[in-house]
Amino acid sequence: MTAITDRPAPGRTAPVRSTIARDTWNVFVRELRPVVRDPFSLIFSLLQPLVFLGLFGALLIGQSGEPASVTLQWFVPGILVMIALFGAGITGSNLLFEMQTGSHERTLVAPISRSSLLIGRALKEMAPIVVQATIIALVTVPFGFTIDLAGMLIGLVLLAILGVGLGSLSYALALASRNKDWMFWAVQQGVLFPVMILSGMLLPLDQAPGWLTTAAAFNPLSYIVPAERALFAGDILSPTVAWGFVAAFVLAVVGLAVGIRAIRTRR
Amino acid sequence: MTPSPIITAQGLAKSFTVKKQRVDAVHPLDLEVQRGELLAFLGPNGAGKSTTLRMLTTLLPPTAGTASVVGFDVARDPAEVRRRIGYIGQGNSAGHNQRVRDELISQGAFYGLGRAETARRADELIESLDLTAIATRGVMALSGGQKRRLDIALGLIHSPELLFLDEPSTGLDPQSRANLWRHIIDLRETHGTTIFVTTHYLEEADQFAERVMVMDHGRVIADDSAAELKTQLAGDVITLGFAGAAPAIPESTRVDDRTVTLTVDHGDRLLPGLIRDLDDAGTPVLSAAIRQHTLDDVFLTLTGRSLRDEVATTTAPENEEVPA
Repeated sequence: MTAITDRPAPGRTAPVRSTIARDTWNVFVRELRPVVRDPFSLIFSLLQPLVFLGLFGALLIGQSGEPASVTLQWFVPGILVMIALFGAGITGSNLLFEMQTGSHERTLVAPISRSSLLIGRALKEMAPIVVQATIIALVTVPFGFTIDLAGMLIGLVLLAILGVGLGSLSYALALASRNKDWMFWAVQQGVLFPVMILSGMLLPLDQAPGWLTTAAAFNPLSYIVPAERALFAGDILSPTVAWGFVAAFVLAVVGLAVGIRAIRTRR
Repeated sequence: MTPSPIITAQGLAKSFTVKKQRVDAVHPLDLEVQRGELLAFLGPNGAGKSTTLRMLTTLLPPTAGTASVVGFDVARDPAEVRRRIGYIGQGNSAGHNQRVRDELISQGAFYGLGRAETARRADELIESLDLTAIATRGVMALSGGQKRRLDIALGLIHSPELLFLDEPSTGLDPQSRANLWRHIIDLRETHGTTIFVTTHYLEEADQFAERVMVMDHGRVIADDSAAELKTQLAGDVITLGFAGAAPAIPESTRVDDRTVTLTVDHGDRLLPGLIRDLDDAGTPVLSAAIRQHTLDDVFLTLTGRSLRDEVATTTAPENEEVPA
């Protein structure tokens, strides 16, 4: 018969005190496992950006009257930010589900710090975004999109930071929507589209009315989208890129602070 | 060896504010559980069982009182308590998008087990809980019974000396329920694990636990062995049905117009004479039943309500609580 439990031997010292770093790593690894087990799920969730790329992109090329390569150079970096926005924005639904089943409760009884539960999840958002963005960027190269390699690598780092911020906020929203999951979807959808339009990722904001430009100024993504465009064009040292990083960092810090607060106070 | 309690609680209480009204989910509670005990915590939904359990497992801060679990205070040292207890909640513990073995591996890491030890424990538990065939399967594809066995495996990864189970058998088919209890009993017999289980199934408490605590409206109203609780209600329950209106029988309880019950000693010897007497009195007995006391009778006697009715009708939500 197989032993179900072993009693700790007498005198065995208590397990080592956990550290936030180790806990965060363990949460990160757990969150990443389903992605590693089923990497094709990453490709499937690329459907939406591909639709925008194929349909909206074609429309945009027709409208602009410029060669496809010029339009793609402007449009593709925005689509990469869209991947981060939609991917990380929806990620709280996972936690929402785990709160409904009891999986989240199980992790709350485990000896891991509350903050790690959030930070580990948020950091994990970086992985799918980087993989997906790389795929989309490479797919568009045959259609005339040109990539500055160094710029692209830095651009991926920028997207990863953005993912941490957006992911944290999505998790915080999930925690706040406990027992009323409609609220998660209502807020998530309600925020997603204005943020998308006000970032200038689909259409340039140059001809926007003044009030819209003002609103866009408060949207971190309206700094990140131009930064990505500059990076893929190889304009690495431009102030646009610096502002993009500032926006992403601010969003990540705010997101993590809000998320950690949410997970500490919500049971 | 002197027995030292593994759980002690003094004045442990919890109140919530629901719609601006103060609700005392658990009234000040004193509790002592010895090492190796199997304690069944019985009561209807909303009685405060889960709330008590959640306080003892550090999931919910008590409003008042103190509790020490495995030697550590739940409020001051929650991390030390968590490290030493196993908890199997009402829901399913595994992530829906995870695989069975992966979740066990993650759980081992959460409890600070080394990589090799985690793998060894995971494989041991997979084998002993009959999860071998589904070890690489996704959690979403599992049946209810399989998910419950995985919950148990997850709760045991770190070999806790004290295991809390919150209504482990709710929603399971009879076969899975029997199977689950076999594992719980096994665990205790092999390793002396202390087991604290809430249930609203009387049969389970009756059959498996040596100690039964009954809770109702946030108070513990009985705490004894199932057998002892039942002997407090001496005698047998006789139920008599009549064709017409039931006659007045001393010390009987009227169930409805035509049915009465009475509790007597040696009911088996008394019943034939009783039927004859009633026949002679011109009120012939149409049906007669005799049975031993169950824990349901205990609950009925203690609260004036049947636990079975409560289970069916109570809607008090135990999980929609707002901490006061």
